[in-house]
Amino acid sequence: MNSPHLLSINDLSRAEILEILDTARELARITDGSMKKLPTLRGRTVVNLFFEDSTRTRLSFEAAAKRLSADVINFSAKGSSVSKGESLKDTAQTLEAMGAELIIVRHSSSGAAQRLAESGWVKSHIVNAGDGMHEHPTQALLDAFTIRNHFPDHANDFSGLRIGIVGDILHSRVARSNALLLSSLGAEVVVIAPATLLPVGIESWPVSVSYNLDEEISTLDAIMMLRVQSERMSDAFFPSEREYARDYGLGTQRLKALKPQSIIMHPGPMNRGLEISAASADSERSVILEQVANGVIVRMAVLYLLMGGAAVPTEGVLV
Amino acid sequence: MSSQDFILKNVRLSNSDRVEIEVRDHCISQIASEVSSDLPTIDGAGHMVLPGLVDLHTHLREPGKEDSETVLSGSQAAVKGGYTAVSAMANTFPVADTAGVVEQVARLGVQAGLCDVFPIGAVTVGLKGERLAELSAMAQSAAAVRIFSDDGRCVSDPLLMRRALEYVKSFDGIIAQHAQDPALTVDSQMNEGIISSKLGLKGWPAIAEEAIIARDILMAHYVQSRLHICHLTTKGGVELVRWAKGQGMKVTAEVTPHHLMLTDDLAATYDPVYKVNPPLRTESDVLALRKGLADGTIDIVATDHAPHPSEDKDCEWNAAAFGMIGLETALSVVSTAMIETKLMDWNTLSKRMSTTPAQIAGYKNHGEIQVGGSANLIVVDTETSWTVDRNQSFSRSSNTPFHALTLNSSVIHTFFNGVQVLRNGKLTGMKYE
Repeated sequence: MNSPHLLSINDLSRAEILEILDTARELARITDGSMKKLPTLRGRTVVNLFFEDSTRTRLSFEAAAKRLSADVINFSAKGSSVSKGESLKDTAQTLEAMGAELIIVRHSSSGAAQRLAESGWVKSHIVNAGDGMHEHPTQALLDAFTIRNHFPDHANDFSGLRIGIVGDILHSRVARSNALLLSSLGAEVVVIAPATLLPVGIESWPVSVSYNLDEEISTLDAIMMLRVQSERMSDAFFPSEREYARDYGLGTQRLKALKPQSIIMHPGPMNRGLEISAASADSERSVILEQVANGVIVRMAVLYLLMGGAAVPTEGVLV
Repeated sequence: MSSQDFILKNVRLSNSDRVEIEVRDHCISQIASEVSSDLPTIDGAGHMVLPGLVDLHTHLREPGKEDSETVLSGSQAAVKGGYTAVSAMANTFPVADTAGVVEQVARLGVQAGLCDVFPIGAVTVGLKGERLAELSAMAQSAAAVRIFSDDGRCVSDPLLMRRALEYVKSFDGIIAQHAQDPALTVDSQMNEGIISSKLGLKGWPAIAEEAIIARDILMAHYVQSRLHICHLTTKGGVELVRWAKGQGMKVTAEVTPHHLMLTDDLAATYDPVYKVNPPLRTESDVLALRKGLADGTIDIVATDHAPHPSEDKDCEWNAAAFGMIGLETALSVVSTAMIETKLMDWNTLSKRMSTTPAQIAGYKNHGEIQVGGSANLIVVDTETSWTVDRNQSFSRSSNTPFHALTLNSSVIHTFFNGVQVLRNGKLTGMKYE
């Protein structure tokens, strides 16, 4: 990776994306055996700076850092000085003064990670763990890693794969990062949502747009269901949960319409019965738990490449 | 004869006529190709003389936010930029919604003595949009307020807007509307479009501005009152105003220098120095605004000078305040955007930045270079260029989006009521008393 930070999929070339995925695969192979923990980042300090609740993502980064033997400091906004008005700038500078070398940041403001990286406030490496409605690059990387495992013929080139992203595209950082990454690898991406949940300007994205899930379902190699946030209901983006589930939920009938080899993905946490039925979530096509496991591996690769070295590790180098 | 009387020699008017201007007792006493007199002379070095610029949209922050600007520091920034009259917006703390507050602001302006400071009164109490402020009391006060605005907020309630437009007719007032439908812009951060879809910043649709403009030009015509539209930013807004003027409706409109120059793609830096209300729009909007200003659809340039302390900008985008400073760079930005591009000449610039705003607001001592008029004059080097340095601001704040940009033309001298308050780009320390 050329950049000292991971802020947006836009900053990654196709070669860099593949470098991260290859590194992850190698790390998965090594840690699958007797050695669960690598000494690579021993004595280095990584901070989880989370201004939004996200236990899953924080735990995933924490597990990744610990498997590389890094020391991890967790900072979450709730009950901290942030509620007393301390700023992103002050908080990041304080944590760096305590020895942080890499800051994993989750923030409700789009661009917060880029601001940390480019404002001159801190010198640390910055990893974007989700910024507002903008991006969530490690989620897209772990999704690509998961798709790759299921379509080995397309390991370095997703051409010929058609991937649907269904739901709240407008507010979703997962959708933005995935649209960029999957299309960069050659996949054909279709976003499927009611017009109220699609951003003005979507025509500039490298995706096609559909309002009709039933027309698309049988064409997809992978279907990614996005979580419906409860506040979207009160803001009247759609009339009712029942209507949403009927038109855009992955229920039993649509599960049957999927191609035999296609996979079901969800970034979690799921609203069972709303965007995804229990039968779909628990079906043998569902790779949702694989996504969770791959999250740790891909985040290890990102931390390794940003803090460790550029080459794909071998056992000899790591030990 | 006052000790400050002088002859300004070796200058040219915006129509290119070479003239000498004699100033006696704070007023212009002679304009001729050659003035014979024993008064001391000031050499204009062949540069252009214009009437002092007039701003109808200035945030001076005093009272209440003196960490970002005061009437004095704002006046200093004004004369640096060639302004001899500014109009202080009402969104101070306390809000300028009573005769007491507007008189205080006017008095601070007189004390500063660098330019005229004309307070704008709030339309509604506390800018809350619930009930009318005492508009008549402000009009009859020593501050003699004629422009009323809730700027920063829109008078969105149509009935309240109707009442305001009707009420100010009795004292020939004008309502300056910040056109922004609040329901369409809850938490909005930047122009809604291609860039916002990529950046994940909540969009601010052009329609939120245009819907209010359309409503209010019809309303003002219906009640036969005067409407001024603040900071027009969209192509559609320009079209609406053009249509209204074509129908003979009484509406005037302003554009800011930054909306003539900057576009929404700057938000990709996530640097809140580019965060402003209304937001930066697209290139096609900028081109439409330039055309509208050139052909007179847009009557005037107004700065919307909006100082903020660094902590309100040195942060993440969503947490930052909206606004940019603009007094010191306005003339240079307009020169670069409009004259360098050959869309407009200096004569028209002089109308858009001085004569017409003075007429709209009724500022009688401003806007013209004429015998018997107050000597509110500036001398501009139209051949130079300079690089903006935010650390050199006369304003207390440094939130300029033009930092490190090179702009055309600079203000050399500013005369306020015949007193030279700016010489060679530096404050003289003198003031009008």
